[in-house]
Amino acid sequence: MASNQIMFILFSAMIVVFSILTVTSRKILRAAVFLLFVLVSTSGLYFMLNYQFLAAVQLTLYAGGIVVLIIFSILLTSHISLKFESSGWKKNMFSATAALTGAILSVITILDYKFSATTEAAKEVNMRFIGKSLLSVDYDGYVLPFEVISVLLLAAMVAAIIVAKKGGPKKVELPK
Amino acid sequence: MNTGIPLQYFLILATVMFFTGVYGFLTRRNLITILMSVELILNSVNINFLAFNRYLYPHKLEGMFFSLFVIAVAASEAAVAIAIIINIYRRFTTINVEDVNEMKF
Amino acid sequence: MINFTYTIWILLLPFLMFLLLGLAGHKYFPKLSGLLGTCGLGIITVLSYITAYKYFFTSEKVDETYQKISAFNVTWLQLTDKLHIDLGVLLDPISVMMLVVITTVSFMVHIYSLGYMKGEKGFERFFSFLSLFSFSMLGLVLATNIFQMYIFWELVGISSYLLIGFYYQKPSAVRASKKAFIVTRFADLGFLIGILLLSFNTKTFDFITLTDPNGTAIAQGGGIAFMGLSVMTWSMIFVFMGGIGKSAMFPFHIWLPDAMEGPTPVSALIHAATMVVAGVYLVARMFPIYIFSAPVALEVVAYIGAFSSLFAAVIACTQTDIKRVLAYSTISQIGYMLLALGVSGYGGHEGLGYMASMFHLFTHAMFKALLFLGAGAIIHAVHSNYMTDMGGLRKYLPVTHMTFLIACLTIAGIPPLSGFFSKDEILAAAFHSNKLLFAVEYAVAGLTAFYMFRIYFSIFWGKETHYDHTPHEAPATMTIPLIILAIGSVFTGFIPFDKLVTSDGRIFDSEIELMIAIPSVLIGLLGIGIAYIMYRKESSIPDKLAATFKYSYKWAYNKFYMDELYLFVTNKIIFRYISEPVAWFDRHIVDGIMNAIATVTQSVSFRIRGFQSGQIQKYAFVFVTGAIMLAILFIYLWK
Repeated sequence: MASNQIMFILFSAMIVVFSILTVTSRKILRAAVFLLFVLVSTSGLYFMLNYQFLAAVQLTLYAGGIVVLIIFSILLTSHISLKFESSGWKKNMFSATAALTGAILSVITILDYKFSATTEAAKEVNMRFIGKSLLSVDYDGYVLPFEVISVLLLAAMVAAIIVAKKGGPKKVELPK
Repeated sequence: MNTGIPLQYFLILATVMFFTGVYGFLTRRNLITILMSVELILNSVNINFLAFNRYLYPHKLEGMFFSLFVIAVAASEAAVAIAIIINIYRRFTTINVEDVNEMKF
Repeated sequence: MINFTYTIWILLLPFLMFLLLGLAGHKYFPKLSGLLGTCGLGIITVLSYITAYKYFFTSEKVDETYQKISAFNVTWLQLTDKLHIDLGVLLDPISVMMLVVITTVSFMVHIYSLGYMKGEKGFERFFSFLSLFSFSMLGLVLATNIFQMYIFWELVGISSYLLIGFYYQKPSAVRASKKAFIVTRFADLGFLIGILLLSFNTKTFDFITLTDPNGTAIAQGGGIAFMGLSVMTWSMIFVFMGGIGKSAMFPFHIWLPDAMEGPTPVSALIHAATMVVAGVYLVARMFPIYIFSAPVALEVVAYIGAFSSLFAAVIACTQTDIKRVLAYSTISQIGYMLLALGVSGYGGHEGLGYMASMFHLFTHAMFKALLFLGAGAIIHAVHSNYMTDMGGLRKYLPVTHMTFLIACLTIAGIPPLSGFFSKDEILAAAFHSNKLLFAVEYAVAGLTAFYMFRIYFSIFWGKETHYDHTPHEAPATMTIPLIILAIGSVFTGFIPFDKLVTSDGRIFDSEIELMIAIPSVLIGLLGIGIAYIMYRKESSIPDKLAATFKYSYKWAYNKFYMDELYLFVTNKIIFRYISEPVAWFDRHIVDGIMNAIATVTQSVSFRIRGFQSGQIQKYAFVFVTGAIMLAILFIYLWK
């Protein structure tokens, strides 16, 4: 078996196992860590597909940023080790049914469809090219999404600060 | 590099991850675990885009750039979601999704 | 051409008076409203006399006939290109004559009411309603087209309802006003059907076009027949049905005796002199159509008139309430008028019946109003309506006595009073056309004299009743109209109607036929004599006669049980079998549907509000399921 096949099997096994563990784990911090593993494996998959830049971005942003953020918020809002989550079995069953149905449907569709590959030559993906595309105004330049994203990030930052600042709403006793 | 692995394998992997995330979204009780499931979904979509880009359109780069922007958006969305969750915690002292249901009839 | 457009003021002035007194009278000038109403009516009386003088004596006559003049006409509602409803003033011999009658009698009643209704609560309301009535009646007679006449016909009905139910706190008055309105309204249904049939076939509403004897309107519809009668005959019969209701002919006469619940001036004005002759006026107005297109309808008119007059006269012989006797007397006299119209021909001497009918209308208005106003003075003095409570009043009420006597002699047809002339013309017309009807009317003339003198003698002679407080003569405002009307009754007989009001507008000569006049006077004297014997002094003859003819007396006293019959039909049949199911349907099915819609909406909304439970995961579940279903639908099922 070729090496890439082995790597693929390894990575995909990790992804599948850890994602299932994320959604079924009963302790929150463990779920966060499992998520981290999923993201790292995904990044490995990106390396395999020859998208190095994106893999690096994935590692930095997702694994290094978002998971850390999640863990911070877990610490802020709940008791890590004492809380056990469990849902009713009816909810589980219905959700599982829906998810399974969707999965089977999608797989059948994928397997049915005939993907036709193009015969053009592959493009070399290097940093210089990516940088140039991000700022070019040509037909396949991405400067507009780039600018929009920057505005979005600014807005998200401002929103997050305002929503979460101290002196928020007063405590309310929930009717049980 | 990709000669041995058919496209459909990537796609099926992404599908599994996606529906795992959907299951988690529908089942979990803690708001933060729901957010984690959303991240799973977004990642599966990224894998899909990149697989298509590599296998079907290797002369273009749109898939990669789209994934890049998806990652950026996911990050900002997670930030705002965490801010909201913190606010909810301040108000209700719980982040059990079944208990924050005041916007109803 | 003389300019007659000022005649619109004859209509507008009472209407404005009605609005003024009705809206502002109670608050601002309660005591003055009577004078205001009377002044308004005085002005239009003068205007009517001027109009009559100008029309009859100075207007141009074409070919010796009086012309119909449309003094004022404005299109109110345009229905199609050719069919339109106008409002306006039409002057022709009968409408000008009616102008004089209505305004004179109304003016007298206004003056009388100043005294009679003094101190009553609702004094200004009374005068405003009287003005409304005058406006409506004048609009009816001055109508240029049949639809305008219908509009004012209904307005007259409303005024009558308001005035009969004037003492609205008395349940009997309320019942009476409802009865009057409902019965006449039911008859007006026939009138409306008749109008629609007529105008559909002749394509016009306008009177001048409809009644032109050389015109095309009359010839319409002759070919279509339904159940043996042409469509014009049917439409004329239906139109006359309205007249039967308004003029209280059999079988729609039941409202008029009960309408005596209203104040006496109202009875004098509406139910004696003016409103009840609206039916006669209607037939007279449509007379050319009756003659040329629907002669069968004219026979119906004659027979109904004759039957009603006999029927009412028999009942009047037994009643003890003097106003009711006068009411039945009115029915009887209107029967005379309709009979005269029914046996009439057209043109010149043939149209004798027409002229006689109009003449009798004129004189009847005078003497019947006088009788009612006199009865009002008597009731005012004695505080009771029943002749059993009265007697020997000639000592206490001299003026009333004299005028009442004059009126009774007039109605009995004694020369040279006006009643003799008009009744004689009617009998002459009947004699030359239909001997059976002549015999009926001849008998009725005798009965009329009998029952009128019955009440005269019972009131003014008869037994000496002891009164709790001495009856006093009425004040001047009440006696002056009596005197004026008495003068009118005496002298109006000499007006040469054959030169003024005829069937085709052409003047002709008529003379007194002694062969008919002498027997009619004789039977009148016979009636007076019998009444003298029975009632002048207290005697037991009436009771013995009543005992002998027990069953006929009972039937006549109870008005031939017509009211009971009507009540039976409405209560047991119409209410139980028609109204109650309809009411049940309305309450349970129509309302039920509405309630059911509301209840169903409410319960459904209660059940489905769970959709908005506030739980995010439920929303997400529905979302995902929906997406999956749509995917299945679009990818696999719908190629």
